Amino acid sequence: MKRLFNSPTKIIGLILAVSVLLVMPPFYSSYWVTLLTQMLIFAILAMSLDILLGYSGLSSFGHAGFFGVAGYVVAILSTRYKMGFLFCFISGISLSVLISLIFGFLVAHAAGVYFLIITLALGMVLWGLAFRWVSMTGGDNGISGIIRPDIGLPIALKDPLTFYYTILVFFLIALVLMAILIHSPFGHSLKGIRESESRMRVLGYHSWLHKYLAYVVSAAFAGFAGVFWAYFNGFISPFDMDLNASIEIVLMVILGGPGTLIGPALGAGIIVFLKNFISAYTQRWLLIVGAIYILTILYAPQGLINLLKDWIRARQSKACGKAFSDEEAQT
Amino acid sequence: MGNFLLVQTLNGLSFAALLFLLSSGLSLIYGVMKIVNIAHGSFFMVGAYVALTVILKTNNFFLGALVGGVAVGVLGFIIERGFLRRFPLQALPQMMITLGFALLIRDLSLLIWGGDPYILPCPDYLKGSVRIFDVVFPLYRIFIFCVATVVAIALWLFNEKTLVGAKLRAAVDDHEMAGGVGLNVPLISGCMFGLGAFLAGFGGVMGGPIFGVYPGLDFELLSLGFVVVIVGGRGSLLGSAVGSILVGLVDNFGKALIPELSYFTLFAPMALVVALKPTGLFGKE
Repeated sequence: MKRLFNSPTKIIGLILAVSVLLVMPPFYSSYWVTLLTQMLIFAILAMSLDILLGYSGLSSFGHAGFFGVAGYVVAILSTRYKMGFLFCFISGISLSVLISLIFGFLVAHAAGVYFLIITLALGMVLWGLAFRWVSMTGGDNGISGIIRPDIGLPIALKDPLTFYYTILVFFLIALVLMAILIHSPFGHSLKGIRESESRMRVLGYHSWLHKYLAYVVSAAFAGFAGVFWAYFNGFISPFDMDLNASIEIVLMVILGGPGTLIGPALGAGIIVFLKNFISAYTQRWLLIVGAIYILTILYAPQGLINLLKDWIRARQSKACGKAFSDEEAQT
Repeated sequence: MGNFLLVQTLNGLSFAALLFLLSSGLSLIYGVMKIVNIAHGSFFMVGAYVALTVILKTNNFFLGALVGGVAVGVLGFIIERGFLRRFPLQALPQMMITLGFALLIRDLSLLIWGGDPYILPCPDYLKGSVRIFDVVFPLYRIFIFCVATVVAIALWLFNEKTLVGAKLRAAVDDHEMAGGVGLNVPLISGCMFGLGAFLAGFGGVMGGPIFGVYPGLDFELLSLGFVVVIVGGRGSLLGSAVGSILVGLVDNFGKALIPELSYFTLFAPMALVVALKPTGLFGKE
């Protein structure tokens, strides 16, 4: 907690986040509440990918697959078998984890670009199942009519605002769990593997197992997000897990700033906002997002959050007239 | 049953021919420059679209194929020179740039050619069909298999027997040493990228009369291209050829026998290869 309050910028950020996410929503119009809900769900997804991309240096291009698998489990169980929330929730995440346990054997030995290619192809396999296994998934038409769950509370989740706050709670749970993970010794050794796998191996770390577990954990959280996406959207289709979707998550992470948890969450917010906002005015969303990719790489390759950090650091060092503190340099 | 096997095998082989045109470039680009080219499927698609316009104007299939291929080759060369070169050997930034172009190309094609699927008109003298045993088989499918074979042999000769090919192999084997002994690796890379793009665009035109061209073709083919690279091995022409045939056959039989799980059938060979020989069948370390 100490680290959270050690700089005025962080405190301002925290106050801003609390007011925008916690205090203000009752005053937003339902359009904004819905948009914010969507942002939170994708923030969970983007953070889950960041465990791989940012902390382990493994760029997965099939991440939407796990998101979609959990979504489909919820859709099938809740519409066809009328299963309750808890059962859907657990089964959705379990299937994502199960698939990642199998896929993990194929990807965990790989590194760098090769990891990317294999995950991309595996993501395509999952998408292909959703697309072609018509009797199970409804194929191109997807599955609609998923109703908001009854989670055993006296409040109804049909109302956008109550649903929003429920998602906020789950978002915070996911955030805290992932924060604990990345600050644990396991998280630190992941960073070590990102910096130099061979060195970590020489030091006696089981790098394969670390990567394998990171892949599984990341898939679990992607499934976590997928469950809520199905409930939120009420509809799931192969488009939620195609290559485009996987790529968008990568953009969220890279735009926001890989290697931080808040960055990808921010990136997810920006992309979801732009997507909704721009789609209202023009059909040319892909054109704009393509330009964003290229501009991000050319001008903000470390992500917005790190750009912001650099900017603050430059201002501080200017103001103090001396080099910035070691503390800042480390972050 | 025998007929079924024969037809599906021939279909699979003609699809493999297209996959080879696509994946040989993908694999070589990856082998030489370590670039994962996400725009490769887009090159395939744009080649077919450009050819469509040319063929509708001039009614000449081969002019269309030439213009489609060359236009895409030039596009690839520009992307490499203008953007990718700024991030030499940085895998993720390069990949993201190609990704950006893939999306730009996808949306621009939608803007220019619309969302309707088109089938490229096939030249008259290739419209017929031939009898093989007691199976009637379209001539065009055999034609593209022959084209891909000619391209494969030409690429092999180029790669093994010419000076430029030797330089290329040197660049694949050891990037830094090749530069150290005085080869212009950036230029080789740029030309390589252009050549790969040309092959993809040309492949798109060749596939046009059978599979047509439509939005979404780009990523569909891209994924299959990567499966071929994974199975065949990176940076190897032979790997691309064998990988294409394997994937083409498995995909085709999968679609014919168990249509609902057709993409899933690709998972088996891929998983098997990755588990047993992580570098792919013919890949180097």
